[in-house]
Amino acid sequence: MEAALDAFALLSFGDAGWGDEMASGLAVTAALALATLPGGLVIGFLLALAKQSSDRLLFHSANIYTTIFRGLPELLTLFLVYFGVNALLQSIAESSGVVDLALSRFQSGMIALGLVFSAFASEVFLSAFRAIPKGQYEGANALGLGKFATMRLVIFPQLVRIALPGLSNLWMILLKDTALVSVIGLEEILRQAQIASRVTREPFLFFGTAILLYLILTLASSVAIGGIERWSKRGEAAR
Amino acid sequence: MSDVTAPTPPPEAKRRPGIAGILFAAFWAAVLLGILSYLYANWRPELFARYGFNYLEGLWVTVSLVLASFVIGAVLSLPVAFARTARSRFATVPAFAFVYFFRGTPLIAQLFLIYYGLGEFRPFFDSIGLWWFFRDAWYCALFAMTLNTAAYQAEIVRGAIDSVPRGQWEGGRSLGLSRPVIFARIIAPQAMIVALRPYANELILLIKGSAIVAIITVYDLFGVARQTFARTFDIQAYVWAAILYLLVVEVLRRLTNLAEARLTRHLKR
Repeated sequence: MEAALDAFALLSFGDAGWGDEMASGLAVTAALALATLPGGLVIGFLLALAKQSSDRLLFHSANIYTTIFRGLPELLTLFLVYFGVNALLQSIAESSGVVDLALSRFQSGMIALGLVFSAFASEVFLSAFRAIPKGQYEGANALGLGKFATMRLVIFPQLVRIALPGLSNLWMILLKDTALVSVIGLEEILRQAQIASRVTREPFLFFGTAILLYLILTLASSVAIGGIERWSKRGEAAR
Repeated sequence: MSDVTAPTPPPEAKRRPGIAGILFAAFWAAVLLGILSYLYANWRPELFARYGFNYLEGLWVTVSLVLASFVIGAVLSLPVAFARTARSRFATVPAFAFVYFFRGTPLIAQLFLIYYGLGEFRPFFDSIGLWWFFRDAWYCALFAMTLNTAAYQAEIVRGAIDSVPRGQWEGGRSLGLSRPVIFARIIAPQAMIVALRPYANELILLIKGSAIVAIITVYDLFGVARQTFARTFDIQAYVWAAILYLLVVEVLRRLTNLAEARLTRHLKR
């Protein structure tokens, strides 16, 4: 009973408790994942186009991209961005003497997670492209649609529907990968839990809370994804 | 939505390299040249003599940790997968909770909960004589990774067994075979073909995921790279680790393709 009361006190909001810190960590985690998503999707889509191109340079370049960022541990990618790119930017800034360029922890996390996400997303888009019958392109062509209009009106809506399960899987992975950015000190859920458990000497309580917060995030995501899936299939029901 | 497609060439691009292809390839050429010239300019044989062996040791720690947790996880995943498909609620609910918990949260958080969190219960572990296990970072890493991969592999097994048509069970029964025999001789071989690629992916994910054990002071490949970087402040500490990781993953991918070709050779025409 006393232990439960203590736990409540420790997790309360305000100066004494760590509830507000954990909540701000939750916000940072959600913000990082949401900020990474659009760029990752766009780059992943462009890479999928490049991988279908008959342009040899484009094709091989895109494949190199996926080989590297699918094969590297996410943590290593993060460190290469945070330390490597920052060192590069610093040397550029020093030699030019203009501005002080540096990536923040949040930006480094965004870039590293975006690289990984887009590499995997390109494969999802690619297999979705392959699932669309050729007749769809030919039909659009017969209707007199241009390449761009074909993509926008005919291919893309089907592509989204086919790619959605794979992409929602990637979203879950992205959400979990944000925890890695705690290692370079971004104050998201896990980092806050680490600080709190060091101060209070209650690691089980705080890491347990962190894990619960991740479960809540993934649970909320699967509810939201279910809604999007129903929305994307609204055309199918009419048939 | 419309500007998504704008800057790229359409799927059926021309034969000759376009602007996008040239730029993209030039980017990679610049990256490669940059890394090579950096490595050349910072070539210090004494660093290799000093740290090179550590990298091999780190690689061995990574490989042994991943292999051990993958194999133990595979064994653990079987009862979980069967419990997931069982008829009784008492089996399905705990199995589902296990899988959801380990797949729904980051491995690094699970690792912290086990390594730091369980330390709070030291008197208890002392009393049951298991403290030596949870005190050691390597064992904690093994424990966390094993449970994590068991949850993922349980889903692979379940999916693969589900993918075999029911008629295969019925056919086996009509031949008078018992359930275990049907499973071992008819279902499992077919499920294995379906499961091969997901298993290989899981192994690769586990190798990549294992880098986080460096955070709890296990000197795996990433841990050695981090240590070397902390001593030399030379980014090539990470570059060499990256090359080794890419090599391992690429070798695994090639082996998977070979294994798949071998397993499906009866399906080729």
